[in-house]
Amino acid sequence: MQKKELLKVNNLKQYFPIKGGFLGRTVNNVKAVDDVSFEIYEGETLSVVGESGCGKSTTGRAILRLDEPTEGAIEFDGTDLLSLSKSEMRKKRKDLQVIFQDPYASLNPRQTVGKILIEAMEIQNVVPRKQRRQRAIEILETVGLNGGQIDRYPHEFSGGQRQRIGIARALSVDPKLIICDEAVSALDVSVQAQVLNLLKKLQKELNLTFFFIAHDLGVVRHISDRIIVMYLGKVVEIADKKSLFDNPQHPYTKALLSAIPVPDPEIKKERIILTGDVPSPIDPPAGCRFHTRCPFATELCKTDVPELRNLDHMQEGHSAACHHMEKIMAGELQPV
Amino acid sequence: MSEEIILDIKDLKTSFELDDFEVKAVDGVSFKLPKGKTIGIVGESGSGKSITALSILRLLEKPGRIKGGEINFKGEDLTKMSDKRIRDIRGNEISMIFQEPMTSLNPVYTVGQQIRETLKVHQGLGKESGTKKGVELLKLVGIPSPEQRINQYPHELSGGMRQRVMIAMALACNPDLLIADEPTTALDVTIQAQILELINDLQKDLGMSVLMITHDMGVVAETCDYVAVMYGGKVVEYQDVKSLFKNPKHPYTVGLLNSIPRHDIDVEELEPIKGNVPNASEMPKGCRFAPRCPFATDLCVEELPTLDEQSDGGEVRCWIYTDRWNGDPEVKVNAKERTT
Amino acid sequence: MFQFIVRRLIQLIPVLLGVTILVFSLMHLSPGNPAHIIAGENAPASTVEQIENRLGLNDPIITQYFRFVKDAALLDFGNSWRTSLPVSSELWPKFWVTFELSIYSTIFSIFLGLFAGIISAVRQYSFADISIMLVALFGLSMPNFWLGLMLMQWFSIQLGWLPPTGWGTPQQIILPVITLGTMGAAVIARMTRSSMLDVISQDYIRTARAKGLKEKVVIYRHALKNALIPVVTVVGLQFGSLLAGSVLTESVFAINGMGKLIVDRILARDFPVVQASVLIIAVVFVFVNLIVDISYKFLNKRIKLD
Repeated sequence: MQKKELLKVNNLKQYFPIKGGFLGRTVNNVKAVDDVSFEIYEGETLSVVGESGCGKSTTGRAILRLDEPTEGAIEFDGTDLLSLSKSEMRKKRKDLQVIFQDPYASLNPRQTVGKILIEAMEIQNVVPRKQRRQRAIEILETVGLNGGQIDRYPHEFSGGQRQRIGIARALSVDPKLIICDEAVSALDVSVQAQVLNLLKKLQKELNLTFFFIAHDLGVVRHISDRIIVMYLGKVVEIADKKSLFDNPQHPYTKALLSAIPVPDPEIKKERIILTGDVPSPIDPPAGCRFHTRCPFATELCKTDVPELRNLDHMQEGHSAACHHMEKIMAGELQPV
Repeated sequence: MSEEIILDIKDLKTSFELDDFEVKAVDGVSFKLPKGKTIGIVGESGSGKSITALSILRLLEKPGRIKGGEINFKGEDLTKMSDKRIRDIRGNEISMIFQEPMTSLNPVYTVGQQIRETLKVHQGLGKESGTKKGVELLKLVGIPSPEQRINQYPHELSGGMRQRVMIAMALACNPDLLIADEPTTALDVTIQAQILELINDLQKDLGMSVLMITHDMGVVAETCDYVAVMYGGKVVEYQDVKSLFKNPKHPYTVGLLNSIPRHDIDVEELEPIKGNVPNASEMPKGCRFAPRCPFATDLCVEELPTLDEQSDGGEVRCWIYTDRWNGDPEVKVNAKERTT
Repeated sequence: MFQFIVRRLIQLIPVLLGVTILVFSLMHLSPGNPAHIIAGENAPASTVEQIENRLGLNDPIITQYFRFVKDAALLDFGNSWRTSLPVSSELWPKFWVTFELSIYSTIFSIFLGLFAGIISAVRQYSFADISIMLVALFGLSMPNFWLGLMLMQWFSIQLGWLPPTGWGTPQQIILPVITLGTMGAAVIARMTRSSMLDVISQDYIRTARAKGLKEKVVIYRHALKNALIPVVTVVGLQFGSLLAGSVLTESVFAINGMGKLIVDRILARDFPVVQASVLIIAVVFVFVNLIVDISYKFLNKRIKLD
């Protein structure tokens, strides 16, 4: 089956200027996202993982045009999003919804849940006016809340329930793509599992596409079809879920995977402990950005920026940006 | 258990008393920590795990108050000692590190000033010898170029570095017990791995006992020897770490394990616990977990079970394991088999 | 640090120029010809013209402005229209009196305000806290001339402990300083309280306690230094308003200070004196704020020094 590209991001750059000096000149840039390209297929969940400062949330914001990207192209369902005017973009947001980490901060505390959902439908003018309340009740039930709670206020719900309201609001305009920005990170494990299951169920039923931004690789493994690993504004590896977890290629991905504690004391795995911290995105290291922490780094890594490459031993659609994948694979290069 | 017990908490009760009602955040918590070992206190938000930790050093903020129970540390009851005596213990025999390294250090003093302070209070070290010891401590916790770092302010350090400074400060007086309250929750995973390894190594080298407060079952599995699972202000299960993961007994522990999306294996469907984490001000009167428990009977709803020792040495607070159980006699509370 | 101070000094230039323009316009926008005022109502036209020439009142306004700025920079504010004495010789002694009064009042408000604010915060909702906040509310809402009169009534007239008027001896200083400083103390107390309450709930205070420090050390070393950051700003603003607002206090206690001088000379339309006074107050205000900013740096290490 031919997969349809729903969103295509090309060479996206998002620099945030740092003002300084006397007259507030731009003295430098935070290179939050630096030349990132990928596509999202209809009906799939594509996740971005990485540690703080890797640019994953910035990428999400750029797609929604919450920040204006510095460079690059974002094509959504055949339209170039960056060429749209403000009002055209507002209309496009009907198809592009977002769920944030803290739903409470994004829900108006003075509006009832029903009002919140109806307002969302009103802005995008979906669903005839008279049916909106009925539709709101249906959506609440879809996300596992009681339709009878429609006239309650956000503070009357628990964290997990509020995240369901956030999901309901996103669903109310019948979107094509939902960007989930750390949508389950703040929830307790037992409730997080409920919300993850709900998202999976909704995807199946409504043929939704998710762009899932997260730092928890367990969550990502559970929900994704494909995964992007980012480090300091760059994509270091992109692969379908199975390839990424079974056959990670980039040293950073490997370190990231090995760093996560496994909830099973019987498993004693070998751990790659990275030294040092993530460098500042203001003056990222030249060459491969990971070279300052990489156990395999050579002189080449300090000067040349590695491209994303797909090699013979990797599945189709799996590529990683490392100069030395082959040598590491063959055991010719040993960690220092 | 024949080992020497360094910390023995008995029926600890800590409440927050507001004008007309009382929130029982910790409601009869008991557990023992053998010397040189690590115990994990695990639970979700509102389980009372952090309040338990703060109660040990009596660091509760008003209107929080220890209402009852004992906290025996090396034979002394911490709840009953004078303010002066507990101050002598804080940062000296028992140290604590916290969740937010970004805000846990005072922004207006250098790293060195903050470490020296502890050394001065407990060991009477002056500026010069304090700085020397401070540099040694920073080296011990793996901070590069400690001679420079010691003169820096907290905002000049990354989150991981700050947590190392916190640990250095905590270790300044060679404590017998280190309380770590979600020490890695605010950190990235690669940094978390560094910090957990550091705590483990230091524990081995210095023979400390560690009380690890966390919500992350992965952290528990990797760092702890014993685990107390808390729910609704009570310990619902206490086991050694291997038994807990292999043979969890309480339905809540099982639910928690079944809820975790694993990064190392595929899990087809997560089995969440239904319902929501209860609010500390409106606890159910019977078993705290009864409203969310798939096995709950009317007995569970009406009456609170006790934390009972089992034949295999573990402890569990659940009617299923008692003679009075009136539900399905064949009931099996098992975590889903998950192996790679 | 040095660089920072230099940069702040350079940034002061436009502010000070703005002030001079305002002060200069004061004279030129106000109705009436200065020469008429100096010469008196019935002076002959020739005298008026002579005065106009002497003061350069017929020069282009720009020239007059630059002359004003140049002279002011050399602390030459011309002669008083009323007494014909050089303005500076009239002004300085009075300025120092007011300056002293303001300094003492500021010190008084800082000490009283901090002390009260800290006690209030540390014992939040206690009897002490509630009483302090009530008194502070009084201090804020009480007009200071009334407070001055009341103090005078009790301490000078009924008890006879302190002299009711004048300035110079330690006994004379006490009542005016309390009068002028009370409002500042109240403001600082309230500010300190809320700032301290905010700081006391911070994680690093818990860390300090967990280290085994005495509560006193926790409060005075760890909390206070952080809590002072917003308080310092208030102190700076307070000082400026004290300097300008000492008029009433000076009147009540018959102190021969600048406040009194300004009022007298406004009524007499003696503009050079008024101009000079306003200019000096503005300059002091600006510099006090510079000092505030610098002390801010010492307190708040998170502000970068570049």
